[in-house]
Amino acid sequence: MKLIYSRPKSLKKAAFHYCPGCGHSVAHRVVCEVIDEMELQDKTIGIPPPGCSVFAYNYFDVDMAESAHGRGAAVATGIKRACPQIIVFTYQGDGDLAGIGTAETIHAANRGENITTIFINNAVYGMTGGQMAPTTLCGMKTTTTPYGRDHVIEGYPLRMSEMLAPLDGVAYIERVAISSPAGIRRMKKAVAKAFQTQIDNRGFSMVEILSPCPTNWKMTPAQSWKWVGEEMTQVFPLGVYKDVMEPKHAD
Amino acid sequence: MLIKMVIAGFGGQGVLSMGLNIAQAAMLEGKNVTYLPAYGAEVRGGTANCTVAISDDEIASPVASSPEFVIAMNQPSAVKFQHHIQSGGLFFLNSSLIEAEIVRGDIEIVRVPANKIADEMGGPRAANMVMLGAFTKKSGVVGLDNVLQALKYTLSSKKKLIDINEKALIRGYELD
Amino acid sequence: MDGNSAIAEAAIRAGLRCYFGYPITPQNELTEYMALHLGRRKGCTFLQAESEVAAINMVYGASLVGARAMTSSSSPGISLKQEGISYLAACELPAVIVNMQRGGPGLGSISAAQSDYFQATRGGGHGDYRTIVLGPCSVQELADMTMRAFDLADKYKIPVMILGDGVLGQMKEPVDFKREAPDVTPTREGALMGARGRASRVVKTFTSNPSELEEINWSLFRRYQLIKKNETTWDTFMTDDARLVVVTYGIAARIAKGAIKNLRAEGLKVGLYRPVTLWPFPDEPLRELSKNVKQFLVFEMNMGQMIEDVQLALAGQGEVSFYGRPGGVIPTPDEVGRVMSRLYYQKGLRS
Repeated sequence: MKLIYSRPKSLKKAAFHYCPGCGHSVAHRVVCEVIDEMELQDKTIGIPPPGCSVFAYNYFDVDMAESAHGRGAAVATGIKRACPQIIVFTYQGDGDLAGIGTAETIHAANRGENITTIFINNAVYGMTGGQMAPTTLCGMKTTTTPYGRDHVIEGYPLRMSEMLAPLDGVAYIERVAISSPAGIRRMKKAVAKAFQTQIDNRGFSMVEILSPCPTNWKMTPAQSWKWVGEEMTQVFPLGVYKDVMEPKHAD
Repeated sequence: MLIKMVIAGFGGQGVLSMGLNIAQAAMLEGKNVTYLPAYGAEVRGGTANCTVAISDDEIASPVASSPEFVIAMNQPSAVKFQHHIQSGGLFFLNSSLIEAEIVRGDIEIVRVPANKIADEMGGPRAANMVMLGAFTKKSGVVGLDNVLQALKYTLSSKKKLIDINEKALIRGYELD
Repeated sequence: MDGNSAIAEAAIRAGLRCYFGYPITPQNELTEYMALHLGRRKGCTFLQAESEVAAINMVYGASLVGARAMTSSSSPGISLKQEGISYLAACELPAVIVNMQRGGPGLGSISAAQSDYFQATRGGGHGDYRTIVLGPCSVQELADMTMRAFDLADKYKIPVMILGDGVLGQMKEPVDFKREAPDVTPTREGALMGARGRASRVVKTFTSNPSELEEINWSLFRRYQLIKKNETTWDTFMTDDARLVVVTYGIAARIAKGAIKNLRAEGLKVGLYRPVTLWPFPDEPLRELSKNVKQFLVFEMNMGQMIEDVQLALAGQGEVSFYGRPGGVIPTPDEVGRVMSRLYYQKGLRS
């Protein structure tokens, strides 16, 4: 009998606390698969944020250190500068990376810090109960935009991949979506590429993952996955935004 | 013995390096010494000043509210600091640039045409050294040998300037 | 050498691997010295961060992996660092933080003050914690205490703050460094390094179980008690026969000492009590002193902050007066001396 599917070695034997249909579980598993396949488990430090994924350290079987809200890129900078041989990834949500931590993110990217960022964009603050995020879509209802996000009052959803890609320090940025098995396979390739970018000392790498939050979106898991694919991708188009290894991006 | 002095002028006149030279020379003489530059918003051509305290004993405060000696290298400094000097103190004025009337009668005024002399020597930027020489002679707080020695230290990264600065210093010292 | 540069040089000699800073007057010489001298050292990092917030979090990152790391700033910038200091304290990570205080509140002034005593000695950020706080009063002490700060931070796994001020940072004095810089900077044992040959580790502060956090709080406070027992330091000057003792720290202590010498020459029996560790505050020796001394004058360059610790320590033994100049005004020894002699006569200590 051939084994075709099993728990990744770097994923702890613990039941996820995430809601049914949540994208975190999928993203965790994919990152762990990549860590296994690239044999990085014993030289990696992960930086989880405050938010639903603060408990990521209960699942990732690698060294993990919690960061203050939004400071993941700064903490990763400190680690990487002090010990360049360690593979460092931050795991950050949209409020963390695109709200309170925008400055840390932009400057780490611009310095070309040799770190990898896994950016979970679910257009909402999950753990605090579904408030508006910087990436909340116009018209989308949250507990702090009960009548729908109005760009006149709250501005527009922030597109981080598009914003960071032009910076000279950025080596690789891709936006993927948890909306289909094909999307998840694409995500795995992107995560592997991001880690390879770091191993090759090419600079800042980030994978932005459009990720469902059925609980706060008030949807079923199936509806939420469909919504990612049909609605979120309209505002946040998928694709590679920067890849210094590809000739068309090389400069 | 505790002696405090304030050295003031335009930024770029070398007032901080005069203070450093005096502090370094006093250190060579085994004294306790503090050097405190006034710091603030940086303005090119703005005023700069520093305070040097020299003592046989520990120095309590590096700040001087009534210094024994003041060197004023420009007009605004002369106006600002003339009322700070201790009664009986010495007020060194760069008379090339200062026309202010000094109203106080209880201090001794030493006028040194520092810029004029430096220009004559072909080293206009060494006006501060002419003044430092005059100060060394009149104040007696540090010896000329040690000031010359200190100069080698403070100019260690600009060795080719040592020669002209030494000459200006000695010229200032030899003034009447 | 100026005080800021002396701290920087001492830190390098103490085995500093990473410095993260952000410009603010009056501590820029420290950052600039690091840029010139630390960045080029093998394996070491100097980085000007995008903000004070980023700088302290970079320190947190470097400390996670066992490097000796530090940052420096002045009052408004230290406020921004408090978030990171709270996380360092929570995660039991060593770090050295320098605060060259200036006048406040707000942007305040750039002149030397002692406006941040409360902030420094009460933890400063959110949560129930302390940091060790050292109060130097000369350039030599800045250098010595910087080295001590790194040792204390590692020994007790705690952030240590050096609480200086603008005058100490800017003034030049002779200084003697008691160590040579190591060829290879040390790495703390037990740091995160990747889970090679061991189970993976987690450094975290968050828990959803209050009892778990309570135990962490207890454990932190047991360590704080140990620090208080082992590391409390103070200095006295002419207190043996003193009738009036001035309690003061940092640059203010130095000014007071000058005044005391002058008054002693006039026959007034005044002495000095100087806390060297501001946290832990040396309360027992002060209480001991109050057996013989009944009049105390607290002198600070603020509106009265350390006086609360003095009153707590004395617990009603002896009378406490206060003299303070806030805002960045630097009082002269004569001025402080006049306050002391007036008090001396008013309280009938002459006879």
